[in-house]
Amino acid sequence: MNQPHRVLPLALVLLLVAGLAGSVLKPYPIYLISLWAVYTISAIGLNLTLGFAGQISLAQASFVGFGAYATALLLPHGVPFGFTLVIGAAISFILGVLLGFPALRVQGHYLAFVTLALATIAFLVFRNESWLTHGTAGIDKIARPIPFTSDVAYMWLCLAALAVVTLGVWWLLRSPWGRAFLALRENPVRAASLGVDVRTYTLLAFAIGAGLGGVSGALFAPLGQYIEPSEFALPLSFSLLLMVVVGGSGSFLGPFLGAMVSVALPEVLRSFQDYYLLIYGVIVILLLVFSPDGIVGIIARGVARLRPTDAPVEPKP
Amino acid sequence: MMSLFVQVLISGLAIGAIYALIATGFSLLSQGSQTVNFAQGDFVVVPAFVMLAANSYGLPIWASFIVALVVAALVLGVLFKRLMVDPILPHGAMQLSIATMALSIVLQNGMLNAGGAQAFPFPGINGGLHFGNIFIDWQSVSILLAAVVAVTALNLFMGRTRIGRAIQASAQGPQVARLLGINVARMVLITFVLNAALVTLAALLVSPIYLVKFDNGIGIGLAAFSAAIIGGFNQVRGAVVGGLLLGVVQNFAATFGPTQYRDAVPMLLLIIFILFRPQGLLGRAEERRV
Repeated sequence: MNQPHRVLPLALVLLLVAGLAGSVLKPYPIYLISLWAVYTISAIGLNLTLGFAGQISLAQASFVGFGAYATALLLPHGVPFGFTLVIGAAISFILGVLLGFPALRVQGHYLAFVTLALATIAFLVFRNESWLTHGTAGIDKIARPIPFTSDVAYMWLCLAALAVVTLGVWWLLRSPWGRAFLALRENPVRAASLGVDVRTYTLLAFAIGAGLGGVSGALFAPLGQYIEPSEFALPLSFSLLLMVVVGGSGSFLGPFLGAMVSVALPEVLRSFQDYYLLIYGVIVILLLVFSPDGIVGIIARGVARLRPTDAPVEPKP
Repeated sequence: MMSLFVQVLISGLAIGAIYALIATGFSLLSQGSQTVNFAQGDFVVVPAFVMLAANSYGLPIWASFIVALVVAALVLGVLFKRLMVDPILPHGAMQLSIATMALSIVLQNGMLNAGGAQAFPFPGINGGLHFGNIFIDWQSVSILLAAVVAVTALNLFMGRTRIGRAIQASAQGPQVARLLGINVARMVLITFVLNAALVTLAALLVSPIYLVKFDNGIGIGLAAFSAAIIGGFNQVRGAVVGGLLLGVVQNFAATFGPTQYRDAVPMLLLIIFILFRPQGLLGRAEERRV
């Protein structure tokens, strides 16, 4: 479950099934599938930070926000969607480098606190600088790029973007860089002793993760065609972190499954609306107690149990 | 102008003293058991609701405080450690941090469902003293007094008693402490109960000012994290200095600066410190080691 090359086809088939299912469904499920694709991109990015570099980022929502605002603000000026997406990703990547560089100088939870600070300040800027962001009124009538204006077509665009990101991260993890990421995940001390520059690779993992947050934001803005500041506040950061953990942090498929739970659970628990977040929080805590490697860990253990072997198979954490 | 300056300084010190108590508990937990508690702010709101509930059943506020102390020691101290920290910490400190974020969501939504979304008033101390045109309110004075007594008592306990020294030894080197015959597990448990007592006292002091609302923990938590880092993450004493400094700076910024960026002040201070002095004011540098 942890080897990217084995599960890549699985991830791509999942995307295709989601798309085909979406094409025959009603508008609301189509929206949910598109949202799943957008969240998954963001969670894949955060998984690089959390799962591979072992650092907590609480600013992923802000990076999504930079991507969303860059797209919503630049599109009306005639900048093509592809460019706004790249600009949003670049802003997030650069901010990631600028903040990660000092925070990763020292051991401990400093990146968590620096990103917590960024998330708070970014939200206040989104809310207060109305001359730029329209403040709490939000930005509406965000145009979708032609020819992806219909709900189904835009869903396919989101799924295609997720497929590109999936292939990109798969390639990244296979490259020498990615080998270093994997070494970092398995054992940072051993990685360092083998000559991996832990600090640089941790910083890279965080910055690339931030950039993917920007990509996801660029897709998010035209999806609902309306954005406002509170969508990019701390709760989304928490929610994205929990997606990675629920799916299985450090595993290739984890973000896909975690985002699916996060999008589907509110629908399943619709009759318990007031208690939804409470139940979700309890589920996450129970999962961390009993299966710290998330749903992927549960599946891996199930598969290992079904498969006859001489020696007991222990899934890697 | 002078009178306004003194008033802003005193109320800033008062709110800073409360931050100091919360940040001290936060540092104690992270020192004593690698628990970086992202729910620390919500830990302050829970005993506030307990006190309100006890008070509404007719108990006087001092008796409600004792009830809250007992509930906090059991739930936020013993149960938190037994049910969450003990099983999750072996998986990693990062997993535990994320679990405390989930706990924060659980606590906030639990309080929202149980108490409602409104801000509840909390009994405080009215009146004050006039020195010429300088007004000093009893509320701030009593907060400062209570915080000074609590911090002094905590320092004496940690430095002068057998248990206190055993707690310090367990935090600095659990293996050596165990060899010396210290029951490390019990010392860690006492640390959790101490944190519960600190947040309950903070709840008593802060609630008349901020009122009691289910999501107050967000702002309180942000201030406590900043205070702990500004003072020096690996120094419990640092939390006191960091808390007072933050309270004063935040209060001056709120009085003389743009109000819509009030919440950004602790965060800006935090970023500045991590950029230029990550070990904090009193802390020692902890370089990345392998």
